[in-house]
Amino acid sequence: MKTKLSLLLILVMVLSSVGGIGVAQDGDTVNILFWQAASSLNPYLSGGTKELEAASLVIEPLVRYDPDGVMVPWLVNEVPTLANGGVSEDLTSITWNLRDDILWSDGSAFTAHDVVFTGEYCMHPEGGCSTLNQFDGVESLEALDDRTVKITFTGPKPFPYGPFVGYFTPILQKAQFADCMGVASQECTDQNFAPIGTGPFMVEDFRPNDVVTYVRNPNYRDEGKPYFDRAVFKGGGDAESAARAVLETGEADYAWNLQISPAVLSAMEAAGQGTVVVAFATNVERLMVNHTNPDPALGENRSVWMADGSNGHPFLQVDAIWKAMSKAIDRNVIAEQLYGAGGIATCNVLPGPPIYASTNNDDCLVQDVEAANAMLDEAGIVDSDGDGLREYEGIPLQVSYQTSTNAVRQSTQALIKQWWSEIGIETELRNIDAAVFFGGDVASPDTYAKFYTDIEMYTNGSNGTDPETYMGNWRTTEITSPATGWLGSNVSRWYSEEYDALLDQMSQTGVLEERAALAIQMNDLLVQSGAMIPLVYRGSVSAHHNSVNGIAMNAWDAELWNVAEWTRS
Amino acid sequence: MGKYTIRRLLTAIPTILVISFIIFAVVDLSPSDPTGNLPLTIPPEVRQKIREALGADDPFAVKYVKWLNQFFIAEPLNFIETTLGITFPGSEDRVRVISWATRGPVIDIIAERLPQTLWVVGSSYFLGVMIAVPVGVYSAYRQYSIFDQVGTFAMMVGFSVPTFFTGLMFIVIFSVNLKWFPSVYDTTLVVTDIESLQQQLRQMFMPVTVLTLYTTAQMSRYTRASTLDNLQQDYIRTARSKGLTERTVVMRHAVRNSLIPVVTLIALQIPGIFAGALITEQIFRVNGIGQYLIIAIQGGDLPTVQTVTFIFAVLVVFFNIVADVLYGILDPRVTYS
Repeated sequence: MKTKLSLLLILVMVLSSVGGIGVAQDGDTVNILFWQAASSLNPYLSGGTKELEAASLVIEPLVRYDPDGVMVPWLVNEVPTLANGGVSEDLTSITWNLRDDILWSDGSAFTAHDVVFTGEYCMHPEGGCSTLNQFDGVESLEALDDRTVKITFTGPKPFPYGPFVGYFTPILQKAQFADCMGVASQECTDQNFAPIGTGPFMVEDFRPNDVVTYVRNPNYRDEGKPYFDRAVFKGGGDAESAARAVLETGEADYAWNLQISPAVLSAMEAAGQGTVVVAFATNVERLMVNHTNPDPALGENRSVWMADGSNGHPFLQVDAIWKAMSKAIDRNVIAEQLYGAGGIATCNVLPGPPIYASTNNDDCLVQDVEAANAMLDEAGIVDSDGDGLREYEGIPLQVSYQTSTNAVRQSTQALIKQWWSEIGIETELRNIDAAVFFGGDVASPDTYAKFYTDIEMYTNGSNGTDPETYMGNWRTTEITSPATGWLGSNVSRWYSEEYDALLDQMSQTGVLEERAALAIQMNDLLVQSGAMIPLVYRGSVSAHHNSVNGIAMNAWDAELWNVAEWTRS
Repeated sequence: MGKYTIRRLLTAIPTILVISFIIFAVVDLSPSDPTGNLPLTIPPEVRQKIREALGADDPFAVKYVKWLNQFFIAEPLNFIETTLGITFPGSEDRVRVISWATRGPVIDIIAERLPQTLWVVGSSYFLGVMIAVPVGVYSAYRQYSIFDQVGTFAMMVGFSVPTFFTGLMFIVIFSVNLKWFPSVYDTTLVVTDIESLQQQLRQMFMPVTVLTLYTTAQMSRYTRASTLDNLQQDYIRTARSKGLTERTVVMRHAVRNSLIPVVTLIALQIPGIFAGALITEQIFRVNGIGQYLIIAIQGGDLPTVQTVTFIFAVLVVFFNIVADVLYGILDPRVTYS
């Protein structure tokens, strides 16, 4: 009997060992570790950072951003501007001149038709393209000849570098994806798992949510590049073990997104095998302040914005209160203790690039509980019934504070709860699974868009160097409400006519310095009127093994943007 | 017996259908969203379009019928086509179960991941049983001996210490300090020669050991208890009084009978091998079925969660029947008629 059983088990194991794909291990391989695995190699259908990064080795945009946020011509001869005539005087069109020495990895020529096709692919109404907003305002795309693409916008576009600039919109090969338009895009598994590209590598094998293996693209434009013959993009596990694999065991060459305890990370780095690299773009961890009343007793009107201002928050719109709450927070402690190299205390919602960063709000960087208490006392908001909580017009200052489930966020919550208790404000903490919190289920009361609490915390930032779209998040028409199925990006439900006017002005302004001045004005308006309380300017933290050279950590484009330049010493 | 088996298999069909409905309802009612994990820079209107393209906002009934059709009609037909190399009419329009996250067929990904899950979880299970049975039997035979005390202690530790702790400890000791074994499992490795076999064994060592520790602990406790029960039975005294050798008494009489419930337990746990080991797979980046299910749950990938959990459910139902039938074969006191 026992032998029968063993035989059965052995049989199961022998059967299971059949399968798998053979891989020859010649030449030097660069091992990249992403603890969140890539689920697809078509970034237009996934939109997640991990897929964008995994695809960036294979498919490329016309222009990339370098680590300073400066545009670098990639598949074009130069970046079109007003000065060189590439952008029309009325700001309604842009003309790209493609390089003539670019080949797809299958040997065919890269042409303007591929670029036009990519735009049409993403803009197809039934395709569900996740980077569609990069094509905002595009009226038409046309290939003037094999090397020239003209993009026409519906109106003046002061910043016409949405489509095909940066890693959100790389060029797909028309020949490969021609049958994958619209609804069909969902079923083009072969294409989505192995797009043909112009980049330094091509896909050899892709296992969804596990590993991508790439080999050198024999038709890559630069002779002798990339240095590595192969690249492996391994996923799974967690951030801490990914850091360990690079910094302590040396099994991997590069590990992405290491948001772990700063003490642990620096101890690992001290082992001397690898280096932690950081880059900052525009991401800010912030406390959103609810400007509507989230009282459950309101039923259908809970957290609903009324144009006449009748459903405002009972006390969070009072300047003394939210200013005191901001003043009581020690942002440096949060940044240093919880974010380490990947965080800098900030008082701005738009902290970068440098020309857009305001310096008008920096007084919040210093914690001052005494001043916060004084501010509240002065405004007459005192503890009148001796329960330790201040009251505003008879309402005790109790706030509910939600965020997504994540160790760093829960630690931040605990610290802030403590600080607020020191100024007589009681805080109830909640945390919600990220897929629910950031999800769009209209039936769920816990989404960030519904914002059924007084305060909520998350990170957001601009999708590139130009802040216009990002600042547009606080437009009055973007206010989330049941009428629009809670779609929209103004979740604070904060509203200012002055702000809307500044946005309109920006959409007509083409000069960079003027745009920067407007952006700073908007930033100041937002943080000085309590739409939110910024906390930490967040960077991306990665690590690489010391034997790999040429890594230029980039927060404006793919981190792996210059993988063709990487070498091993 | 044959009649009984057929009857059980037939009644399993409605059970499985009810299970599929319940799983679908639970997964669908949960508030997770396939676009929930996307960067916030993707505006809500675009997210809405993505959901529409996926069919995520379709009514419940539509989604369920779609899944039933894909799983019970499209997938089997596709399997027949690919194995036999023939093509049925309408093959072009047939839609398989497509994952919302990868936009690839779910079944293909499961098939791709099955080898590593079976290698790691299967071999730890096999090793676990091989160690647990002798240890359990000997512990029971020499109850309260030093071997029993030490064994019981070790098994208690193995049972109570969670795999995420032992896993981490192993990585720190064997990967970081001693550098003996890799902490990252290479799923693309294929065994072709001695060298790659060694590599495979090396990368399997840590996850397999961690899991074996746990399985052994569980199984040996069970074997020990069952053997103890049997050693105190009257028929053992009878066997001894007949003058049979101690070896015959223990091996032929006690152990054979003690293993009946153990075999049932083993059969019932086989679906667990296919389910993978959620935590251990994650720690060592084995990326098998368990890790796939976790990612799908986190990402609100309904077709994947539904398909994977449903396959588990079918396996559980099936191995329950197997266990019952085995019981009838092994234990003459049990008859099905």
